[in-house]
Formats: sequence, structure tokens, C-alpha cells
Amino acid sequence: MTTGAQSDTGAALRVSREAVEDFLFHEAELLDEWRLDDWLALFTDDATYVVPGTDNPNGDPTQALVLIDDDRERLYWRVERLKSRHAHREYPWSRTRRLISNVRVTGATADAITVRASFIVYRFRNGNADPFIGQYRYTLVPADGSFKIKARRAELDLETLSPNGAVSMIL
Amino acid sequence: MQTQPYVIDEPANSIFRVNRETMTADEVLGREWDAVFGHNWLYIGHESELAQPGEYRRRTVGGRPLFFVRGRDDEVRAFHNTCPHRGAVICRQDEGVTNVFQCFYHAWSFDTQGALVGLPDEEGYGPNFDRAERALKPVARLAQYRGFCFINFDAEAVDLVTYLAGAREYLDLVADQSLAGRMTIVRGVQRYSMRANWKLLVENSLDGYHALPTHQTYFNYLDGVNGHAPAGSANGGVPGMPAVGARGGVSLGNGHAVVDGSAPWGRPVARWAPTLGADAREETEQIRADLIARYGEEWGRRIAETDRNLLIYPNLIINDIMAITVRTFTPVRPDYMEVTAWELAPAEESGPRLARRLRNFLEFLGPGGFATPDDVEALESCQLGFSAGGVQWNDLSRGINRRARGNDELQMRAFWRQWNAQMTGTPRNDWSDGAGDYRPAAAASAKDSRP
Repeated sequence: MTTGAQSDTGAALRVSREAVEDFLFHEAELLDEWRLDDWLALFTDDATYVVPGTDNPNGDPTQALVLIDDDRERLYWRVERLKSRHAHREYPWSRTRRLISNVRVTGATADAITVRASFIVYRFRNGNADPFIGQYRYTLVPADGSFKIKARRAELDLETLSPNGAVSMIL
Repeated sequence: MQTQPYVIDEPANSIFRVNRETMTADEVLGREWDAVFGHNWLYIGHESELAQPGEYRRRTVGGRPLFFVRGRDDEVRAFHNTCPHRGAVICRQDEGVTNVFQCFYHAWSFDTQGALVGLPDEEGYGPNFDRAERALKPVARLAQYRGFCFINFDAEAVDLVTYLAGAREYLDLVADQSLAGRMTIVRGVQRYSMRANWKLLVENSLDGYHALPTHQTYFNYLDGVNGHAPAGSANGGVPGMPAVGARGGVSLGNGHAVVDGSAPWGRPVARWAPTLGADAREETEQIRADLIARYGEEWGRRIAETDRNLLIYPNLIINDIMAITVRTFTPVRPDYMEVTAWELAPAEESGPRLARRLRNFLEFLGPGGFATPDDVEALESCQLGFSAGGVQWNDLSRGINRRARGNDELQMRAFWRQWNAQMTGTPRNDWSDGAGDYRPAAAASAKDSRP
């Protein structure tokens, strides 16, 4: 896979939307297949994963209560938790299907690009079907002919986590 | 039709059982709307949320749409969220600041104190039309204790301070965490649901017994980050200092109860643990010292070192643990509840200190934390299990023959005893098991009792 990324002498990165889509679809596949170690390897060491509250999709986790605010270390523990047999809401794992659309590269610097995309994540378990709908915001950095994730936000359009109850899997 | 009792309560025989029908039957919820939600003090919000005149919050309390607002006269009032004219909802946003609430249907307008201040074509009504009779309808009672605002639909209800009984001491331990004397709800709210009866969340919020088995992954995380830190030790990470005053499970009167203990996680006020970050150690220890300097050794250390899972009967939980969550929940059906949770913090916290608290909250609490999702699963699992039939009674007798520990079930029995008393119309004045339990000084306020 090639990103088409170019970074010569401080100019902004230039990447194709197709390359970004390839990366996002690959990530979605890893999550739908519960290949969580492979998924975690997509992140930089200083990465963050944030899910703001349904009341305030713009919420800043340093100032407001959100749902998830992980640095790389806590993200590691989130993955460890989900891989164990003791994350009870995800053991056995739910079935999920991620549909990612409306992908746009919204900005670029010499080191990173920002991306927005719409998502629908369906989660099926115990006879229930719970949709999670919203928007991703990524900061991606070029790496190994593809990208690594430096920041990942999943902003929900839902008004409440009802009837979902929790964000127990990776959104 | 009820053929079996709701609760079998025989401490002398070590028996305490709850009929599962209390959590499955439509008729039970039908009675609860009046017997429980119609006459008790119910949490509507925190005074800090209404920072300025005209600021309001929309809330569903006891199943009813309400809103509460700080009037131009600085008074906080709660109103039934319905136009006195023809019924439409008046307050249609979750929060905001306004001079006037205008019903969009026929454009009747009300000021922040509820008065009808304008309506189109008023002459069309007869000569006896009285604006005062068409004012917004206030909820029968509203009162606050140290910033916590409660409403009561029963005009004849006992006053709030009497109602809170022994729970005041624990509300004081929460409120006194602000050395500036001002606690505040942090911006943001967690709204979620459970396919379970609301009383299961009462039980779960006070249940020390489930913590280790259900939340093993959380404790693994703590151990992993804390390394050799004293996970599970009684002193909760303050080397050489056993937690003071940890009383275990306590019935606080009127159905209120608390688990008063200590645990291996960090408390932003003020018990340092590695998960709070190495750079926070000095500041956290300073806060602890400041609390002791302000309040004295015992009260200061209780604030800093002990954790509190507090129930204000019937449906307010204040868990003062790795952060402070204020959580209330309302049934929708016997097998479905909606939950709203906020975070409470000392108003003087900002910058890195507030960020640290927010981050620490999320390691365990809320629907994206390392623990709450598994509580949701546990409660939904119980509700599903009830429908299996074959077993009619839940057993909540743990610790009934000893002074209750934090992982006993006295806290839940206190709740159920009051619930049963109200549902069957048989008032009682003691919610403990017997002489062995810790009893808070009945009438003394914590303010009076603290050094």
C-alpha cells in the first residue's frame, strides 16, 4: 500500500483520499475481526483515543466529562481487558460491522494529516442490535508506506447511549 | 395480584430474601410511581449548574419531565415542564440561559420565576382570566442541602434535612472536599441505559461483594500501572497510615446507606496512587495536608483517605471513589432504566489538576470505563435470569449476623426495608439488622460532630 505521501522540505503532506480510505477500511476490518493487537500496533506511542459524551461531541477531555479518554498506556490496558475472558460485556465478543463513509482529508502539515469520516458501527449480542452512529476525526502520520494513528476521536450523534448501555467494544 | 410478600426479613434466622417479582412486574412499577417516586425527595441537580440568573436545566425526575431554573431573583425553582394552557413542553433544550420561556405552540410566555408575562390576544379570554392562575406550575417542594437540590412531589413531605438523616454526614464529607467551600458539577454528562430494573442499580452501586469478581480487569489494570503499590491493602496507598473511620456497610436511616471503606485506587482529593501520575504526588499530598490543617486530623483524613459509595434513597448515588460521580436513574419499564451521571469536583480545581481528576474518573466509571460496562452486563444478566423462572427469591442475607463489612449486604437491606415499608404502607424507624451494626448518631449533624 502506498500513501502517496510526500514531505519535501517542510511542505504540507499530500495524500490521496483513496490511500486514507484503504487505511480506514483496514482498521475497520481489524476491529470487526477482533484482531486487537494488530489494531493497537496502528497507533503511535503518543497516541490518544477519545469518545466524547453524547451531550457534547466537541468536548475536550481535559475540561469536560467524556466517555473515553485513553492515552497509549490506557489503550493498551483496554485491549488487554477486551482480550481477557473477564470483560464481561464483551465475552463472548459481540459481532460488529463498521461502515465508514464520507471520508475527507481536512488538513495537512509537513508531519500529519487530519481526516474526517462518518461511521455506523452495528453491534449485535444477546439478541440485541445496537447501532452507534457518528463521525471519526483522525490525526494520521505517515509510516511504513501507510499511516499510524496519532489521534482518534469517535464523536457520537446519538443523544444518549440508549439502548446501547455502554461503549464496551472499540468504537 | 400479589400472593407472596415482596421481602422476607428475619434477621434472627439469618434470612433476608427479595421477591424477584419486585423487579419484573408491571403492577410493582405502577405502585412505585406513587409510593416511592411520589413522596420521597428526588435529586434534580446541583446548585452549581445554575451559575447565573436565567440559567436552566431540563431533567426527567421520577419519570416526569421537569426543569429547574435560577430566577432573576436568584432563587432556584423547579417546574413541571408543561404549558398550563394546553400542555406542550415549555423547556425544549437540555440547558441554557434565558429571560423568558415561550411555549412555541400558542406563544404564551413565562418569566424565569414562572409568571405568565405575555400571551397573544389576551382580550379573547373572558373578564375573569387571571394570569396568576396560569403561571408555570412549580413542583410542590424544592430544597437543597450543601448544593444538592432535591424536589418532592408531596407538599406534605418531611423536610429535607430530617429526610437525609445520617446521610448528611457523608454529604458533608463530599462537600467539604472543596477548601474554597464550593463544589461544582464539571461540564459534561453521561447518559446511558440498562435493560434492567432500576433497583438492581441501587444494589450494584453499594455492592462491595461484586467488585473483585466482576471487575477483575480493572484491578489487573491498577496492579499493572501501580506495580508494587499496595493493591487491596487497607491503607489505600498512603504508606503506614491505615484508613481512619472506615465503617464498612452502614444504614443511615430512611433507606439511605453507605459503603465506607478504602481501596487501592488514587483519589484526586487526596490519596495519591501511581495511576494519578508521578508528577501529581507532591500536589496530592499537599492537598491532603491542607485538608487536615483545615478540618483536623480525623475529618481531614476521612475526606482524603476513605471512599464512599452513598445511596440517598431512593435513586441518588454519590460514589466518592477514584473521582466523584453523582448518578441518578429512573425506570422506564420494569426491565429498563435510564441513567444520568455527572462528575462533581472542587470548584477551585482547573488546568492539570482538573484534567487529572477527569482522567482518573474514566479509568473505572461510566459507560466507557473499565468497570461500568461490566456492571451493565451484570444487571442485564440478572434481569434476563429472572425471566428464567424456577427461582423466586434473591438472597441478600450476607453479613446479617455480624457488624456489616463493606462487602456485606446491609446497605441493600436498608434500601429494601424502606422500599418494602413504603410499598406496603407499614412505616418503620429502624433499617439495620440489629444491635451489632454501626449506627450514626441519629440527630447530630456532621458539622456538629466533626472536630
